[in-house]
Amino acid sequence: MKISVLLFGILKDIIGENTVSIEVVSPSNIKDVKLQFLKKYPKLIAYQNFSVAVNEAYENDSYNIKENDVLALIPPVSGG
Amino acid sequence: MIENTSILITSQKLNLQDCYDFVQDASCGGIAQFVGTVRNKTQDKSVILLDFSTYKPMAIKEMQKIANKALADFDILKIAIHHAEGELKIGDIPVIISVSSPHRKAAFEACQFAIDTLKETVPIWKKEHFEDGEVWVNTHP
Repeated sequence: MKISVLLFGILKDIIGENTVSIEVVSPSNIKDVKLQFLKKYPKLIAYQNFSVAVNEAYENDSYNIKENDVLALIPPVSGG
Repeated sequence: MIENTSILITSQKLNLQDCYDFVQDASCGGIAQFVGTVRNKTQDKSVILLDFSTYKPMAIKEMQKIANKALADFDILKIAIHHAEGELKIGDIPVIISVSSPHRKAAFEACQFAIDTLKETVPIWKKEHFEDGEVWVNTHP
């Protein structure tokens, strides 16, 4: 299945896009997607301390991705 | 519960009076406010401006969670959490937290909890611009 991944902060700058879509096998969990991402974008290996949100809420590595989920890679936040 | 919270992300100038007016109530004996301001230096480098970007729909949800938790965990009446986005200059205000409570201790504690948690969980990022370049804060590999 194809999923959309939103990018923010430094990750957006490194990849040069706001959103990328990647093809993942079903079933895949967040950890699988992270590994696939790092394979596709090796430049991110130095910045892999990002969190992942699904449908606007933080999820952990074991979350199983469903069709139409919107993922977001969240680098360390720095608001305030 | 939600009527006792005011959550905002805006590219307009934040308004301290709005936050104060939202939380003010006859039943409260005190209001604590935290105001974040843009500092002119990071370590020894002069900062020109900060550029705040957000994952806005999620940031709003995370700010709402903080406000709800503050209402549940502390003896407070109302809380406002307002954050700015876009370019801010030295002295501008990126964040305001206002809390009202019958007694001051809870207001101070809830205010501290809210700003500390915001800095850990809310998907907002700042890029510091210097004379000779720019850097995303907190993202050193």
